[in-house]
Amino acid sequence: MGEQHHHHDHHHVHAPIEDPQGPIAEDELLEIALRELLIERGVLSAGAVHQQIDAMESRNPALGARVVARAWTDPMFKRALLGAPLEAIEQAFELPMGGPVELKVLENTPEVHNVVVCTLCSCYPRMLLGPPPAWYKATAYRSRVVREPRAVLREFGLELPDHVEVRVSDSTADMRYLVLPQRPAGTEGWSAEALAGLVTRDCMIGTAVPRNPGAGGGS
Amino acid sequence: MISPRDALPVGTRVTVRLGPPEVHCRTPAYLRGKEGEVIELLGVYRNPSLLAFNKPGLPRLRLYRVRFPQRALWPKSSEGGAASVVADLYEHWLIPSEDNADG
Repeated sequence: MGEQHHHHDHHHVHAPIEDPQGPIAEDELLEIALRELLIERGVLSAGAVHQQIDAMESRNPALGARVVARAWTDPMFKRALLGAPLEAIEQAFELPMGGPVELKVLENTPEVHNVVVCTLCSCYPRMLLGPPPAWYKATAYRSRVVREPRAVLREFGLELPDHVEVRVSDSTADMRYLVLPQRPAGTEGWSAEALAGLVTRDCMIGTAVPRNPGAGGGS
Repeated sequence: MISPRDALPVGTRVTVRLGPPEVHCRTPAYLRGKEGEVIELLGVYRNPSLLAFNKPGLPRLRLYRVRFPQRALWPKSSEGGAASVVADLYEHWLIPSEDNADG
């Protein structure tokens, strides 16, 4: 009897390898209902839905980092990127970038540091960086970064001098934004591959800047 | 088709209309009634409020990047340092300010 009990307890100690507990959210239900209806009516196929998910998830910050590193090392590409970003990326990286929205690249300078947000929803350069991080979609980031950008950046570990204009771009319409960070000092002669390793996702949202680990603490 | 109003030159000071909000409104509430400066004309785009209802979204609207100094948005903010917000706003939300220098 006692042993039986022990076994029973033990069984419950393991975390279940299942969906998280809790009721399904209303918008999840709506998504499932709509998706199933569209598939049932033949508007979409389940395969097409999965293909789109795969396509979206094949884009990730590593791709954005390669684009940034290329811009740092290839002035012709940088000019093309600032002028017509999607075309430039499509040509240089042989990746289809066509879609309903456009991309604009915001170049950081010693005078202006760019940060991107979407206060209305969660617009993000998904065609390049893939799905946004959870904090980007959170109300806290979306409401605070337009009101107290420096306090928010400080929480990300980024402190900028007072004279640098922190310019928060709110992606309210047809344009998606990518930040082109400044190339860190002391990286002269680095390969594009090595440079890409310094460019994190947050550097391209503007909540971080690339650091040269060898330069020690500095700017 | 482009709406008949002339394009606003870069540097034009504009005030965002107070409302009324549209159903699929791309003009955030925190910018309504605030004054900023046109820094770029992005182009002409279909009207998102009409596209949301599966309409063609015509006539197309000019879309501007408008820059608002931090202090114009949050006068009581205690945050120091230079800062601004730039938002993409469709032309029908923008009223050129009266004190724009004429030429």
